[in-house]
Amino acid sequence: MAATVRQSATSGNLRFRHAASTAGTLVTAACASIGAALLILILGYVALAGFQAVNWSFLTQLPAPVGEPGGGVANGIVGTLITVGIATLIAAPFGLLCGLFLALFGRGWFPETVRFLSDVLSGIPSIAIGLFAYVWLVAPVRHFSAISASAAFAMLMLPVILRTSEEAIRSVPRTVREGALALGLSEFSATMRIVVPAARPAIMTGLLLAIARVTGETAPLLFTAFGSPFWNLDPTQPMAQLPLQVFTYAISPYKSWQQQAWAGALLLILAVLVLNVTARLVLNPRRARR
Amino acid sequence: MAVERQPIARKPRNYALIAAIDFAFLALVYVAAAVFVLLVAMLFLELVRGSWPSLQAFGARFLWTSHWNPVTSQFGALPLIYGTIVSSLIAIVLAGFVGILAAAFLAEFAPGWLAQPLGFVIELLAAVPSVVFGLWGLFVLAPAVRNQIGPFLIHTLGWIPVFSGPVVTGTSLFTAGLILALMILPTVTAISREVIIAIGGDLREASMSLGATKWETVARVVLPASRVGIFGAIILALGRALGETIATTMVIGNRPEIVASFFAPSYTLASVIANEFTEANGAVYISSLIELGLLLFIVSFVVNGLARLLLWTVMRERP
Repeated sequence: MAATVRQSATSGNLRFRHAASTAGTLVTAACASIGAALLILILGYVALAGFQAVNWSFLTQLPAPVGEPGGGVANGIVGTLITVGIATLIAAPFGLLCGLFLALFGRGWFPETVRFLSDVLSGIPSIAIGLFAYVWLVAPVRHFSAISASAAFAMLMLPVILRTSEEAIRSVPRTVREGALALGLSEFSATMRIVVPAARPAIMTGLLLAIARVTGETAPLLFTAFGSPFWNLDPTQPMAQLPLQVFTYAISPYKSWQQQAWAGALLLILAVLVLNVTARLVLNPRRARR
Repeated sequence: MAVERQPIARKPRNYALIAAIDFAFLALVYVAAAVFVLLVAMLFLELVRGSWPSLQAFGARFLWTSHWNPVTSQFGALPLIYGTIVSSLIAIVLAGFVGILAAAFLAEFAPGWLAQPLGFVIELLAAVPSVVFGLWGLFVLAPAVRNQIGPFLIHTLGWIPVFSGPVVTGTSLFTAGLILALMILPTVTAISREVIIAIGGDLREASMSLGATKWETVARVVLPASRVGIFGAIILALGRALGETIATTMVIGNRPEIVASFFAPSYTLASVIANEFTEANGAVYISSLIELGLLLFIVSFVVNGLARLLLWTVMRERP
């Protein structure tokens, strides 16, 4: 008797609990959709506003003075390519060496320290790193330069390259390395000719993600590359940068400049998305982590 | 009788040379790591060197005086610290709530075909450059805050002092909080998701076998079990919000004052540096700005260090 009473009591309760479970699931689903919806909203808005302002002269001409129609950001595009290119040339080999260190030397206080510093460095605000580049490379020579921006960018790229290349090298099975050593290869040859090539797709993924991280980075440029209205290809001098142009145009009071800011934003977003999608889906479909 | 044996290798190998190359290689790798550590140390030391004049002129007073006045060369960072912390807290409350639940959905409820692309799209949000967030915030979000969101919140929550208004401009502490929330949402979601996945299946199975529904399992077993890691994710996101520069600069209104209302313009450490550095004249002014950078560095070093230690203890393998 008592058993049936309890039975019915729980079944009403159970219905409520199942309803609550469904409701809870829906709430979490809504939260996940918010994130995705906002990305699509922003991308859509930038695409719409950007496409209206983007045209051939925008891509090929120098900035026009205020009030004059037309003009473009060609020098900014080239400047960004140069700055990011130099940063990559510095950060890629250096980061790979550090990644090799972490993978080869494994545990112990020194590798753990490097790992910790790398993770912490990835969270240091880019503006603080820009100030570091200013004090280190700009203040002594008393003029801004693209190379100091590259140094700041390289510093921002390092943690990404370090940890992704460590993981990439670690993910190569131990037996591959041992096999190479057993066949008489030296430590150097086994690493550089067998293990690193096997890990290359994952290393490239990390490199592309690192490049994507600094493409579009603006804050450190303010007091390193500084920007320039002219063509300048000398990295020891101030150089135009696309993200800086987007920033200054956006906060300017002129309608025509604001439109160009949208067009510039579209270019930046396209570059970054292409880098990200290539890195995650094409090179390394299994790896969906940052 | 004895078979004459041919050497297998065609040419004799110079073992001394190979050993030397190996040694040089390992030494190079080791030196690279040492240089990396030195670089991080140098980052700190150069910031200290750059802010030395200001450190000497103001000392610790820098942190709690509230006059940021380049004209009289008086530099106190309190309003900037206030703006930085409050805008980040708004972001953390919003993004923390949404991000943790989104992570729970991706890790626990969503079927694989949905979780994968949805997670990817949310993480792409992290790839959007901050200047693009700022642009969108300035031209789309700020007008919305001024015309719709602000008046609505004042109408409904006006009895809370921070929502007392009035809404004068769209660029405000609250707008900055919203943009920051958007920017740190992927961080909270991605890391919380990993933390939740790292919780072993046995807890879930035990809970379900005791008759708990899926939701009860997630809300009362899985999420509490992963709270340390989720806390780590939140702290990590907080660090990101504290140091975010360009987007905040574009939407916060840039006024170094402490006002109770969320809808008043404010200022953050990072955006002061971004706005004033290139126009700063005088050694004390410049070094005050560098000291703000040093402050940001120290705070984010501590915050990120804490977050990483928490996450390292939770994830059996290092993240």
